[in-house]
Amino acid sequence: MSAYGSPATGVAVQAAPVARQAWAGSRQAPMLEAAGLALARDLQLAFRKRGQLVQPLAFFAMVTMLFPLAISPELARLREIAPGVLWAGALLASLLALEFLFRDDAYDGTLEQYALSGQSLTWLIFAKTAAHWLLTGLPLALMAPLAALSLGVSAAAVPGIVASVAVGSVALSLIGSIGAALTLGIKRSGALLSLLTLPLSLPVLIFGARATQLAITGGPLLAPLELLAALAVLGVTLAPLAAAAAVRISLE
Amino acid sequence: MTWTWFHRLGSPPYVYTLAARLTPWFAWPAALLIIGGLWGGLVLAPPDYQQGDGFRIIYVHAPSAWMSLMVYTTMAVAAAVGLIWRIKVAHAVAASCAPIGASFTFAALVTGALWGEPMWGTYWEWDPRLTSELILLFLYLGYMGLRAGLEDTQRADRASAVLAVVGVVNVPIIHYSVTWWNSLHQAPSVMRLAKPTMAASMLVPLLMMLLGFTLFFGAVLLVRLRGEVLSRERSASWIREIVKA
Repeated sequence: MSAYGSPATGVAVQAAPVARQAWAGSRQAPMLEAAGLALARDLQLAFRKRGQLVQPLAFFAMVTMLFPLAISPELARLREIAPGVLWAGALLASLLALEFLFRDDAYDGTLEQYALSGQSLTWLIFAKTAAHWLLTGLPLALMAPLAALSLGVSAAAVPGIVASVAVGSVALSLIGSIGAALTLGIKRSGALLSLLTLPLSLPVLIFGARATQLAITGGPLLAPLELLAALAVLGVTLAPLAAAAAVRISLE
Repeated sequence: MTWTWFHRLGSPPYVYTLAARLTPWFAWPAALLIIGGLWGGLVLAPPDYQQGDGFRIIYVHAPSAWMSLMVYTTMAVAAAVGLIWRIKVAHAVAASCAPIGASFTFAALVTGALWGEPMWGTYWEWDPRLTSELILLFLYLGYMGLRAGLEDTQRADRASAVLAVVGVVNVPIIHYSVTWWNSLHQAPSVMRLAKPTMAASMLVPLLMMLLGFTLFFGAVLLVRLRGEVLSRERSASWIREIVKA
């Protein structure tokens, strides 16, 4: 990264009012502080546009609703397919939410300012992805039990389901950040984004659905949960690097 | 000075003429090996004691599946070289690899399905290897889709290179997770093909086909590379000289 990164130039980010507030003063913030500010800014912006936050959740609820209507309302059958329904729904919902990850910031020039700020772009992208997870992954994890209960899953499975969706969605957000960064600036990129992201997300789907299934049947779900966590850790380590490189390429 | 041969590989006109000169050295051995391998596999090799003549599709299926992975690796290595050292020709190599690899993957899937019909009684079985192959096809399609979506060649080169590198890190993870997934859902009674105890009369044609397919890939890659270099350098003066000559 440092090969591209201009040395500290002290360029203040002036893209959005929130950012200007956060970046006021000409001193160069240390790396982690800058990442924290970027995270806070994204959260603040998101809470001012609450409508957008609800969309992936509503989408998730809709997808869950499709299955009883399309297959059968029998709870016994629905319970059997519940892990698959929950994970396919969570995967699609997080995919839908990915379009918001960089789009607005790319439009108004914030991403360019990030790239020029002299701060590590990798950390800033990681902060953005973390904010994205807090705004979509975590709510999905909290909503998954609700969907599961509607599919006839017993309440005892709730902690396992929350844990698996929470951990798995970390990996999904990180994998998705690469795809979102690569497709920046491509018009009507939705289908392409899913073509890029879904094949890479399949291991998360496999382990996540397995953990959920074991949670529902009361089996030992630690092994798939640990594999999910391993994928999340690998994502934390490598995905921001790739996403930052992709953002730079998109800005060129 | 000893590295000049390497540095010349970064020059499009040099690569263009080199590719033209090398193509027959790949194409002819490939043709001979594939004809020989097919003759050995379809005529000389005895029928399998379990699968009868059905097993003979392995002579196309296994080399295609092998190539689908090898081409992806080649593509990712070329893309990484292009990304790190900013060599345009390396990006051209990566871009030329993708459609070839996708075709091999498609061939592996089709032959696998045709093979499945007599062996499993169904054209499609969610066998881990077939499923991995299908995911690999989507990885190729994503790569080509991203290139097609970006109009600026330089940006397409660099963005798709990042994708190829990310993909090659993921291919083993995908493969093992799919294998693990599959072992949960069905008894491991699916036939085991890669027996180490393959008779020499069956194995030798298979190895000939493997080598033949690899050389065939080399030949097609060189031809595609020339086309790619031509279209990228279309406004360069050396192309005008070649066209005039």
